[in-house]
Amino acid sequence: MQLIDCPWCGPREELEFHYGGQAHVSYPPDPQALTDEQWGHFVFFRDNPKGPFPERWVHGAGCRRWFNAVRDTRTHEFLAVYPIGAARPGVPGGDA
Amino acid sequence: MSTAHATAGDPPGAHLPEHPDFLWRTPEPQRSYDVVIVGGGGHGLATAHYLARNHGITNVAVVEKGWLAGGNMARNTTLIRSNYLWDESAAIYEHALKLWEGLEEDLGYPILFSQRGVLNLAHTEQDVRDSVRRVEANKLNGIDAEWLGPDDVAKICPILNISDDIRYPVLGATYQPRAGIAKHDYVAWGFARRADEAGIDLIQDCEVLGFTTEGSVDDGTARVTGVRTSRGDIACGQVALCSAGHTSTLLDQLGVRAPLQSHPLQALVSELLEPVHPTIVMSNAVHVYVSQAHKGELVMGAGVDSYNGYGQRGAFHIIERQMAAAVELFPIFSRAHLLRSWAGIVDVTPDASPIVGRTPYANVLVNSGWGTGGFKSTPGLGWCLAHTIATGELHPYIAPFGIDRFVTGALVDEHGAAAVAH
Repeated sequence: MQLIDCPWCGPREELEFHYGGQAHVSYPPDPQALTDEQWGHFVFFRDNPKGPFPERWVHGAGCRRWFNAVRDTRTHEFLAVYPIGAARPGVPGGDA
Repeated sequence: MSTAHATAGDPPGAHLPEHPDFLWRTPEPQRSYDVVIVGGGGHGLATAHYLARNHGITNVAVVEKGWLAGGNMARNTTLIRSNYLWDESAAIYEHALKLWEGLEEDLGYPILFSQRGVLNLAHTEQDVRDSVRRVEANKLNGIDAEWLGPDDVAKICPILNISDDIRYPVLGATYQPRAGIAKHDYVAWGFARRADEAGIDLIQDCEVLGFTTEGSVDDGTARVTGVRTSRGDIACGQVALCSAGHTSTLLDQLGVRAPLQSHPLQALVSELLEPVHPTIVMSNAVHVYVSQAHKGELVMGAGVDSYNGYGQRGAFHIIERQMAAAVELFPIFSRAHLLRSWAGIVDVTPDASPIVGRTPYANVLVNSGWGTGGFKSTPGLGWCLAHTIATGELHPYIAPFGIDRFVTGALVDEHGAAAVAH
């Protein structure tokens, strides 16, 4: 089983975590101003790269806190973990 | 012994017998085709077959980065059914099922299609209500479906545990008798052989690296003029993307966004066993589906792994949960040994329905997002996509599945509704 390095609790089994999809997708500051197409894209469209991907995780069976991670979708390897709100770190081999 | 040794000067292997006849040629790519289909899996091969069979279009290449039918076509659990809730889904899956019923004759090749029926189990009162609703919707669409109580379920599948003291007791099931399984490799080979006979080039070991384009997406004049592949540039009149879990990587090359997420979907087989399991059993609540292959393995699938992944492998705890559910439902399986497990990469959409149709490039069609439903749709999708390529008109069965539904809101929401297992 894969270990995930929670920024607050340290390495824990993958079972304790839940996936939250792509990170850094912020709620539109003025949703009313969006066209249907822009709103559809905000709601449904996410990146799906083959390679490093910044995404959200929650340590649901531990500290219950959310954090971000950059994970390589080819190998499932975690390249970095970092707090919500922080900028995405550059990672070796990543496309930053 | 002496005949087994090559004599000096012969190339290695010269003493071995001739290779059996190949089912298809291994052509060099030409510089140009009327149609290039990206992806030599079930959908790509079926589309090629129906282009030739129904429309006489044979100046076609199917380009495949690996070997034919070596991706999800080699990894699925071969379930075929059409008992989906919504009219749009029922139409295309039922179209596919009807084609499955005549496919062996059409292809002139054995595909071992066995209509042994599927039971979709209900474990809660809400499951029961949803299931009965789906049965009635299926009937209105002319699809064979019935609701069965636990005793009738046990008559069809005697090894199923219908006692009421298990964690998720079986309160009943929907039953589609015409559902079944087929031998996935034979299906692919049958389509490939027919397409090849018609003169279509099946080009393996040929990865699409990018596209050459002209015009502008902004004013609606954008077209693809060719595909750049690991075996050179190929000019093309039309392009059909049939690359399942890797569709996003191709669309990214074109700058087209789609609401696709690629996930590992795991499956496994047991060792070979006597025939004990006469039908197909699916349970969404506990995320397992089970059939028994012709030669005896129990074939089981799970739900998708939660996170995006292109690695063709998943996490073991998914399998553990799946096995726990299977053993509770089928106590007779508790001594069976797991033989192999693997994963394919499925592209999943927000409404669990496929994305098929036009793109901002006038001559590029996309066929994607089938999630866990790709195999069963193979002939139906191939038929409809070939029609669309040949006539320029979206076939009515795929028209509801355009990407624009994620802007208009006209979703075909099969999540949970149609016994979709993800």
